[in-house]
Amino acid sequence: MTGEAALIRLSAISKTYGSGQAAFQALKGIDLSVAAGEFVAIMGPSGSGKSTAMNILGCLDTPTTGRYEFQGVAVEGMTRNQRALLRRHYLGFVFQGFNLLARTTALENVELPLIYRGDPAGSRHQAARAALEQVGLQGWEHHSPNELSGGQQQRVAIARAIVTRPAVLLADEPTGNLDSRNSREIMDLIAALNRDLGITVLMVTHEPDMAAYASRVVHFVDGLVESDRRNGGHA
Amino acid sequence: MLWNTLLLALRAIRRNLMRSFLTVLGIVIGVAAVITMVTLGNGATQSVSDQIAGMGSNLLMLRPGQRFGPGSEGAPNFKDSDIEAIRSQIGSIEAVAPVVNKTATAVYQAKNWSTVVTGSSNDYFLAGNWVIASGRSFSEAEERAGKAVCVIGETVRDKLFGRQNPVGSEIRIKQFACEVIGLLKSRGQSAMGSDQDDAVVMPLRTVQRRLTGNQDVNMIMISVRNSAAIDGVKDQVTRLLRERRNIAENEEDDFRVMDPRQISETLTGTTRILTMLLGAVAAVSLLVGGIGIMNIMLVSVTERTREIGIRLAIGALEREVLLQFLIEAVVLSSLGGLIGIALATGASIGLAGMMDIPYLFDPGINLLSFLFSAAIGVLFGFFPARRAARLDPIEALRHE
Repeated sequence: MTGEAALIRLSAISKTYGSGQAAFQALKGIDLSVAAGEFVAIMGPSGSGKSTAMNILGCLDTPTTGRYEFQGVAVEGMTRNQRALLRRHYLGFVFQGFNLLARTTALENVELPLIYRGDPAGSRHQAARAALEQVGLQGWEHHSPNELSGGQQQRVAIARAIVTRPAVLLADEPTGNLDSRNSREIMDLIAALNRDLGITVLMVTHEPDMAAYASRVVHFVDGLVESDRRNGGHA
Repeated sequence: MLWNTLLLALRAIRRNLMRSFLTVLGIVIGVAAVITMVTLGNGATQSVSDQIAGMGSNLLMLRPGQRFGPGSEGAPNFKDSDIEAIRSQIGSIEAVAPVVNKTATAVYQAKNWSTVVTGSSNDYFLAGNWVIASGRSFSEAEERAGKAVCVIGETVRDKLFGRQNPVGSEIRIKQFACEVIGLLKSRGQSAMGSDQDDAVVMPLRTVQRRLTGNQDVNMIMISVRNSAAIDGVKDQVTRLLRERRNIAENEEDDFRVMDPRQISETLTGTTRILTMLLGAVAAVSLLVGGIGIMNIMLVSVTERTREIGIRLAIGALEREVLLQFLIEAVVLSSLGGLIGIALATGASIGLAGMMDIPYLFDPGINLLSFLFSAAIGVLFGFFPARRAARLDPIEALRHE
């Protein structure tokens, strides 16, 4: 772990679903710090709590106990609206299932976060086009998701995530629904965003090939961090 | 925020054209049906009241016998002398007309027509608001002597004379010849649906001598000078006739005095019930439309819940999502309501024209059905969305 001030710091985070006899503890108290500019891959078998941790990191879900600081600010006590504003201004999401709005053009999908941020129409269009160009989709602005391949849809989703210039990109199995060629292209893109734009990336995956793109790999087993090591090889 | 949310709502409507169309359609049909039914019903009621008003609002009608109760069959008819007594003893009266009706066949050359012959006086034309279109009414001498002269209605003219002018010709009624001296201006159907122009009017004495063979009078029509005086005249006439007919204090009247309000209330009451019935049927269609909307909204709730999850994940506030769905629901149901009102207005004007009744714009029912449609839209469009917007974003995203 780095000595400098962490962008993200989780301390003793636990998450319990249900209550009483049926209670299931998905996270059993994890500590994790991420510095700005890192590319962290979170790995682990199904049910290890990696997705739960990801959702808590993305403020999509709340921990049962523990402390979560984002840029030194406590998140766990925030209201729904405060968390929504945190997502709006600092976080970008890429999901396994793309989660684009159906029957909506690529451009409008990418514009959406900017509309919520209240950007004027002119700069919004410009930023959305720039983001689509950045993921290599110039010329596809007016296609809707059902006219795009899986790889293209995930690129639109990435463009939507980065159009707000977020501090952190959270990717939950971004290549889970893609073939190997598309997977490599998406991973190259994410690695480039991390390298060139300095966007901190947190990525859940169960494929070692994909984790190899990261600078650091955290292994989850049974709701605990089992290992946390730097990645040597890949640039 | 409002402007951006409006943009999002309009985009969502455009994006789901089929769903939007079906939602609007359900409301359009319901609203249009309710408004059309009620508007036409109001028009029919109005048309009945108009015709009653055409009969003269100052008119009292006296008939022997009560509609209900004992003695209605055996009650004696009125006499000529009753007319004179009313005329001389009661003030504020414009006209008193005796009426004797008798069915008879009128013949002219090779044509014959079965009609109702009315025996009365010139007061009959006054009391009944009749206008002589051509020719003249009775002279005093003709009334007194019971001359064989008659004034005929448009239907009788048409059946016997065609387009020819009947004044001066002779028609035969039963065994006697009768000179046509006048033609009544056409009045069309009565509020009860009978043809008012199917009439032959003669002096009272003529009918009594030549057709009925007695001195009886079936009905008395009294036209009051001022409609404010109508209740007073009604009381006076009742008292006078009770006296003349020797009715004891504790006995019921053996005749009845009807004023136009009573007649009008009976008839408009009937059409009003019909209007309510039609309105109820139409309200069911509005309800069915509402259920249709509910179905469409519930079917799409999975997709919408995921959509809400996406919006929340990328940083939408709960209230922004809610406002968007509220705007969507209000826009769609208002649109449906407005199209429904436009459609109903067109259909009502067209149908009212075909049915020959007045078109009456009823702001109440227009507003009511519009608000109802808006309420349905908001209820079924907004509340499922509200439930979804309150979920944790991750739950909404995982919604299957």
